[in-house]
Amino acid sequence: MDQLSSRGDRVFDMFNLLILGLFLITVLYPLIYVVSASFSSPAAVIGGRVWLWPVDISFEGYAAVFRHRLIWTSFMNTITYTLLGTVISLVITVLAAYPLSRKDFKGRKGFTLLFVFTMMFNGGLIPMYLLVRGLGMLDTLWAMVIPSALSVWNVMIMVTYFRTSIPEELLESAQIDGCNDFTYLLRIVLPLSGPIIAVMTLFYGVDQWNQYFNALIFLKSEVRFPLQLVLRDILIQNQVSQETLGDVSTAAARQGLRELLKYSLIVISSVPLLAVYPFVQKFFVKGIMIGSIKG
Amino acid sequence: MSYMRRSWRLYVIFALPLLYILLFKYGPMVGAQIAFKDYSVVKGIWGSDWVGLKHFIRFFNFHDFWTIMNNTLIISVYSLVVSTPLPLLLALSLNAVRQRWFKNTVQMVSYAPHFISTVVIVGLLLQFMDPRAGMINQFLGLVGIDPIHFMGEQRYFTSIYVWSGIWQHVGFSCIIYIAALSTVDPSLHEAAVIDGAGRLKRIWHIDLPAVLPIATILLILNTGQLLDTGFEKIYLMQNPLNLSTSEVIDTYVYKIGLLSQAMSFSYATAIGLFKSIISLMLLWTVNRTASKIGQESLW
Repeated sequence: MDQLSSRGDRVFDMFNLLILGLFLITVLYPLIYVVSASFSSPAAVIGGRVWLWPVDISFEGYAAVFRHRLIWTSFMNTITYTLLGTVISLVITVLAAYPLSRKDFKGRKGFTLLFVFTMMFNGGLIPMYLLVRGLGMLDTLWAMVIPSALSVWNVMIMVTYFRTSIPEELLESAQIDGCNDFTYLLRIVLPLSGPIIAVMTLFYGVDQWNQYFNALIFLKSEVRFPLQLVLRDILIQNQVSQETLGDVSTAAARQGLRELLKYSLIVISSVPLLAVYPFVQKFFVKGIMIGSIKG
Repeated sequence: MSYMRRSWRLYVIFALPLLYILLFKYGPMVGAQIAFKDYSVVKGIWGSDWVGLKHFIRFFNFHDFWTIMNNTLIISVYSLVVSTPLPLLLALSLNAVRQRWFKNTVQMVSYAPHFISTVVIVGLLLQFMDPRAGMINQFLGLVGIDPIHFMGEQRYFTSIYVWSGIWQHVGFSCIIYIAALSTVDPSLHEAAVIDGAGRLKRIWHIDLPAVLPIATILLILNTGQLLDTGFEKIYLMQNPLNLSTSEVIDTYVYKIGLLSQAMSFSYATAIGLFKSIISLMLLWTVNRTASKIGQESLW
């Protein structure tokens, strides 16, 4: 093959690798920079001495993060919302997708249309807010996990999976053996759906973990705030409480610690996702591929 | 009748999601009628008085109407134009790499930013573009350029928004094209090589046609979301200095409806509804055009 490739092809390959290399650096460099900055000293960060690796290694930023009073509660809140929200989303997605995947489910076309239409048109922000308020869910845990529980897109991916990966003959033979639709879904379909359930868990989990807007409009009490809302206060609105900065005296040192704190916070908030990332990235890819088969 | 005796369980399974969709997706659509009413808390959604198109006309006459419309359109079209071809190009380029380890590394790294939250992404932008301590201005300082207050200049807003979005999502968006390219029959390439086709020619005549149908479908779907400018991100990126280019329909609806003291629910709903209707019409037009010129279409 290589002997066959012409000079033009070799030029193309070189050029292609060069571009991809530059792309790789562009994506990777900011990520490395953040981690390095978070482990550097405040003076090095604000003085612009951090370029690639940590300078004057220190953990002051991390110490300051843990002094922030809302960090722990919001971290726990986010974990609660993510676990509960993901379970609710998964259950309702499976319940929607299974009947829609059955060819003998009368009304399937109409129901599918009913679901798909909501991807193209919605009532808008205010009616949603009024609905959540009307249901008495404002400022409760439920406002975080119910209103955005179902993604129609994910339902469609799951329908495609059920249809393409679980053979129809299985249903017939199971019915002969006395399986009804409840037991068939529970004992046959679910055990065969490991990959797609993993993918959905990840999609829904990541969404919940990163979610801030529902919290912004539906929550009022600080004790219920998720991590992302606290992050917003610190990273974007620059609100850092005095006790977080500790006994730092000079204005310059305080400014330095403020910046350092942000880098450490970014790292801490992303660690749970980045820790599982290498293990799950194959599943994400699989999820997209299943979706792309498209029924 | 025997059908129901055999299949009632399917409907029981389906009941919960159906109720959910009706309540949380169609409920707000019904609630959107307050766009044509003067909503009052006492009278409720159904009991409030009809006022026709009053709120829509108020919005059309609003002195910033054209600014908001322009910003919304510019940001959406700019994103669409940039974010449609780039993932496709990245996929073609990755597909042409023969060093497997390199291809895998680039892919794995490029997915990572997709999972970073919007809050953190905007936080990163603010850090990197800070006029004093920001990484970008320090680089500019090395080559003798004075610090630029990127986030404070209205002319940079749209580009920062769009290109940071590319940085975050281009890797993940290209997965679907990579999947499509992996289904291309290798014998096509072999035959083309024997016929003396170079790499670029093969990409143009073999790879590109394989991914074009998916690209069309995605383009149509994205057009449906065209005016759903990434509200969450834009809202976080806004500051008083860049407001004249960063205020879009969605952020305005939020401010009018939920942030302002007046709480004008009806007016805000009308603006939101106006946007949804335009989106739907755009989707319909693009889909029709696509099916007319013989490309894939949604229906």
